[in-house]
Amino acid sequence: MKNWLSPKSMTGIALIAIALIVLPHVVGMGGQAWVRILNFAILYVFLALGLNIVVGFAGLLDLGYIAFYAVGAYTWALLASPHFGLHFPVWAILPIGALMACVFGVLLGSPTLKLRGDYLAIVTLGFGEIIRIFLNNLNSPVNITNGPQGITLIDPVKVGDFSFAGTSQIFGMTMTGPQKYYYLLVALALLVIIINVRLQHSRIGRAWQAIREDEIAAKAVGINTRNIKLLAFAMGASFGGIAGGIFSAMQGFVSPESFSLIESIMVLAMVVLGGMGHIPGVILGAVLLTFLPEVLRYAVTPVQMALFGKILVDPESLRMLVFGLALVLVMRFKPAGLWPSPERSRELSEKPVEVVK
Amino acid sequence: MSDILLQANAVAKHFGGVKALRDVSLSIRRGEVYGLIGPNGAGKTTFFNCMTGLYIPDGGGFTFDGVALQADAPHRAAELGIARTFQNIRLFGNMTALENVMVGRHVRTKAGVFGAMFLNRATRDEEAAIRQRAVELLHYVDIADRADDLAKNLSYGDQRRLEIARALATEPKLLCLDEPAAGMNATETEELRVLIEGIRKDGTTVLLIEHDVKLVMGLCDRVAVLDYGALVIEDVPAVVQKDPRVIEAYLGA
Repeated sequence: MKNWLSPKSMTGIALIAIALIVLPHVVGMGGQAWVRILNFAILYVFLALGLNIVVGFAGLLDLGYIAFYAVGAYTWALLASPHFGLHFPVWAILPIGALMACVFGVLLGSPTLKLRGDYLAIVTLGFGEIIRIFLNNLNSPVNITNGPQGITLIDPVKVGDFSFAGTSQIFGMTMTGPQKYYYLLVALALLVIIINVRLQHSRIGRAWQAIREDEIAAKAVGINTRNIKLLAFAMGASFGGIAGGIFSAMQGFVSPESFSLIESIMVLAMVVLGGMGHIPGVILGAVLLTFLPEVLRYAVTPVQMALFGKILVDPESLRMLVFGLALVLVMRFKPAGLWPSPERSRELSEKPVEVVK
Repeated sequence: MSDILLQANAVAKHFGGVKALRDVSLSIRRGEVYGLIGPNGAGKTTFFNCMTGLYIPDGGGFTFDGVALQADAPHRAAELGIARTFQNIRLFGNMTALENVMVGRHVRTKAGVFGAMFLNRATRDEEAAIRQRAVELLHYVDIADRADDLAKNLSYGDQRRLEIARALATEPKLLCLDEPAAGMNATETEELRVLIEGIRKDGTTVLLIEHDVKLVMGLCDRVAVLDYGALVIEDVPAVVQKDPRVIEAYLGA
């Protein structure tokens, strides 16, 4: 057990806190776009941590995770926009969104309980696509989702009269919308991280790990693997649902194309590349994989100009090429992820200790 | 309270055309060490798997402590008080020895997601109790010094012990050991014998599948012999050893 009150860790916590507070203002100097990217990084931290419960803790490969993000986003969009004329308050929609995602998590989970590995991946992939296609087509005969046009004019997060959208004055400081959202997201992220850490080191967390390690042995010691797996799907999905709700409010607009397969794969890449099952690693993975493509977006053109004097390769293709290459290199040289848990890095870097007696 | 802890009634199981179990009936009494022996492929492990709910028997069934065992519900069997180890050790390899035993407490504890999130008093107390009991059990099987090592890094003999500790953590009434002495040398087998004696003395009934005839005959109160999926004999070791059918089928001349 770490001693959180030791002077050393107190200093560390204080430094991190100051960095987190100052960050949006520093990043904001490069333009509000960067603050938005920062906010997306935190949203992806939510998603990656949620998926980490399913993939990292319980060992169930889920390729359709973004469906729960979509469910959360559309729940918010439908309950707080002119589309149906509903304008629920935030304290009602966030839990409803989490609950909806949770229900969908169980819906997806129940038919897949007997599947593992590749087979599970295929089924979940199908589920993710089904949700997206439903969102795309549920505009007739009754217009529920407004189809491919998506839903616009979604309410921002509002607490009382205070809106997180638009610029306002707080304690004499001018704060832009993205900066305000940033603080909200950081607060939520801390909560999500604490919940995840606690879950991991709980009776339930151990049961998830046991199922990942050996399902038959887990059954034999009395773990109801069906319920515990469903719980993993439900918990993971709820985090996705919350992230989706905030996404909806932050953007003010949702459409099905935000929830394509590549998004699921990105979140999975964050979990795997960061360090499956290791919370700090997953956070790192999410932040890096959000920023890397964006940094490349801005860097690719000037670098080409400097090197060749003209643009040889289309920036967008080159960006994805470099990004893909980075993924391949990390997986080749750090197969357990960039920041794996101590046990897992031992597992993959060393040969198992053979003790022959 | 009946004297019989586990009653098997004409249990049958076949895989395709192979009859792995042919109407096996036997009864295990409270507080005894009961041996189940037989040549390879005689159906011993199949019997175990039917009993612990991993297989659904094709005929017959089990009564455990007065309750009919529900087929295909391994976690229910553990809840009722049947714990087992596996012939080919099945530990949670990437969890520490201590965590392995802590998982064994799952079925006797109840903290859920909300307990974990809010970490209330009851949850913290339960967690502390789980840890304490797990440490005690590691001491009991004499591997407490390996508590923080990953299970897969333990020596073979220690892995066997850890699997027993994990099974004991579920507070079983019946502990089923599937070839616990396989691959052990004479010293380790002797240590295992002492451990099983101790478990029996502490009030847990033991069902033992084993090839080591000396261990079985020395340890068990009663022995059943399976051959080609059928029960040959069920009696005290002295009688079983002298039975001509057993000698022919298994012990050899």
